[in-house]
Amino acid sequence: MTGIFWWVIFPYITVTIMILGLLYRYAFRQLTWAAPSTEFLEKKWLRFGSPLFHWGIIFAFIGHVMGMVIPIEFYHALGISDHAYHFGAIYGGGLVGLMVVAGVVILLIRKITIDPVRIKATFSDFFAVLAVLFVAATGTYMTIIYNTTVVEYEYRLTIGPWFRSLFMFQPRYDLMENVPMIFKIHVIAAFALFASIPFTKLVHIFSIPIKYPTRPPQQYRSRSNYKRQGL
Amino acid sequence: MRIKAQVAMVMHLDKCIGCHTCSVTCKNTWTNRPGTEYMWFNNVETRPGPGYPKRWEDTDRYKGGWELNNGKLKLRAGGPISKLANIFYNPNMAEMEDFYEPWTYDYDHLIHSPKSDHLPVARPKSQVTGKYMDKPEWGSNWDDDLAGGSEIVPLDPNVEKMQEHIKMEYEKTFMMYLPRICEHCLNPSCVASCPSGALYKRDEDGIVLVDHDACRGWRFCQNGCPYHKVYYNWNTHKAEKCNFCYPRTEAGLPTICSETCVGRIRYIGVVLYDADKVKEAASVEDPQDLYEAQLSCFLDPFDPKVQSEAREAGINDAWLEAAKESPVYKMAMKWKIALPLHPEYRTMPMVWYVPPLSPIMNHITNEDELNTDGYIPAVDQMRIPVEYLASILAADDKEVVRKVLLKLSAMRVYMRGKTVGGVDEFKQSELVKQANTSPEEIEEMARLLGIAKYDERYVIPTGRREMDDDLHYKQGTCSLEDLAPQEGLHPTFGYMKAREKNYESG
Repeated sequence: MTGIFWWVIFPYITVTIMILGLLYRYAFRQLTWAAPSTEFLEKKWLRFGSPLFHWGIIFAFIGHVMGMVIPIEFYHALGISDHAYHFGAIYGGGLVGLMVVAGVVILLIRKITIDPVRIKATFSDFFAVLAVLFVAATGTYMTIIYNTTVVEYEYRLTIGPWFRSLFMFQPRYDLMENVPMIFKIHVIAAFALFASIPFTKLVHIFSIPIKYPTRPPQQYRSRSNYKRQGL
Repeated sequence: MRIKAQVAMVMHLDKCIGCHTCSVTCKNTWTNRPGTEYMWFNNVETRPGPGYPKRWEDTDRYKGGWELNNGKLKLRAGGPISKLANIFYNPNMAEMEDFYEPWTYDYDHLIHSPKSDHLPVARPKSQVTGKYMDKPEWGSNWDDDLAGGSEIVPLDPNVEKMQEHIKMEYEKTFMMYLPRICEHCLNPSCVASCPSGALYKRDEDGIVLVDHDACRGWRFCQNGCPYHKVYYNWNTHKAEKCNFCYPRTEAGLPTICSETCVGRIRYIGVVLYDADKVKEAASVEDPQDLYEAQLSCFLDPFDPKVQSEAREAGINDAWLEAAKESPVYKMAMKWKIALPLHPEYRTMPMVWYVPPLSPIMNHITNEDELNTDGYIPAVDQMRIPVEYLASILAADDKEVVRKVLLKLSAMRVYMRGKTVGGVDEFKQSELVKQANTSPEEIEEMARLLGIAKYDERYVIPTGRREMDDDLHYKQGTCSLEDLAPQEGLHPTFGYMKAREKNYESG
């Protein structure tokens, strides 16, 4: 029963909260939708913390796609042995994990010690940073310490297929039963973090300006055109 | 040809007394909210001096505006790809220290402090942190009237590159005021810098605005603008900038800074320009050709061909009439006495400046004995070095500034001659020839510059409304309506589309 709750009900509820929350915020509270940079208030710490953290997160995302979304059979078809995969995952993933943790720790120290940054930070700002730190720390611990000291855990046979099964709406929660505790905590914390996204500054994840490189540099808007477009 | 109309401003610096009334009324109107305390959409700088924010003209540091790269116009701070690579930390962005930490005073203490032997003091309190400040050390006009003198003046990037030594002795130094608002450029680099496409130029009047719903706070506009006139609101995390008081100009009223200018230095009018020419004009090789190139974009409002094409482009008769009467057209394009601020940034700025005359140094002891042509060399010996003015207004082209000063001197000599005699001498003089002017033009100029009637300073056609479907509904509604999304549900979700249909059917 607890298996059904954590590996079926909980993921769907959290993701639903995320999607509905995002739609609500986009529709009614778009004025608050921004990447709330504090670079204006402080630059020196940000210079190291922010790029470390953000680039780390981007690489970590790619790593998760490689581990969770792409099936193990794909690697086998390419002739990549399990050992070679884990070698890459532990070193690459470990480095990226350390980048994220180091970056987020620098940003957290900055948030606590720099007066204007701390005073402007809200509960949701601290929550977002601490939640990301927790998820990143468990992930990095798994990658670097658990995988090298306890067992090179093959999550591509359990967590990966379970994760994909969520998208088919046929959750194979039984796969998660024997997953090591630290992995379980990481997954649950991550889904809890997803649910919080619409209510924190993390919404800016969804506004990557992908159109910028292709749009014309100068933008004109017109009252009459605005009406003609029916917006 | 793609004709567009642009509302623009001229500031006649000779008449600016540096009273900051424009800044104060602007602040009271637009930037008195949390997060905007440090912003001055309008500020007045004493020159020479570092300005606000400190050393904003240092394009090597802030990387604002455009540059020519292998003949192609590129943002100095880098194109979209390098911007996206720097999105997590913008190395060129100014921080609060470059502006100043805004503060207020603990006035309450003056009223409520208990009886004591000493007078109570209102201590400065930061408006960012709310904490007491030890002492404020910089502000938007900290160096007003050359305060700080020889310590502060050398920070001016224009002074740094000057060959001529600037004298700082009280009797010999010089000073001028430079009021600045957003330039509402023809080729705005802030718009091109915005990853979200939130900044835009209005088709109807060329005003550059920020769509706060679309702004995601990527903050490239802040240093993308070489004039540093786009500000980052640290409270809402959105960009804010001068909006040319469009709710006023749409109603035919001048901007609040112009309306309240006690020196009557500001002029607002409409000019017509060819939007197809802008990019080419901004891409000329030599920065000193940019002024002429920019002038070539403007169209003669008296030309019947221009008029008919403008009508086709949707510009109505009220705007065409206003373009003919436009003080900006007269001063900047016809008489050529107003110059763009730092044309070398290649943004094609649309706030123009009539450079100030200043007392003539050492050369003339008794002006009564000076003959008319004696004023020609005098232009080069004015207290404000032509080199300095050229650095600000003409991409270091002294000849451009010299011509303007000569024309303004000619006006002064002629108008003086009308009272004390010497008009006939003036008409024959070398001065009138070199200044490339005539008594008729001078009379017209003197009226606009000297008498400066309200109706002649501000020729502002009202914003167009005839394309609105339901003018009856529009009565009394906010001017933002239909331009900005409505309050409540975002238009993406179809609410406004539904309303639009209702309009059409009913």
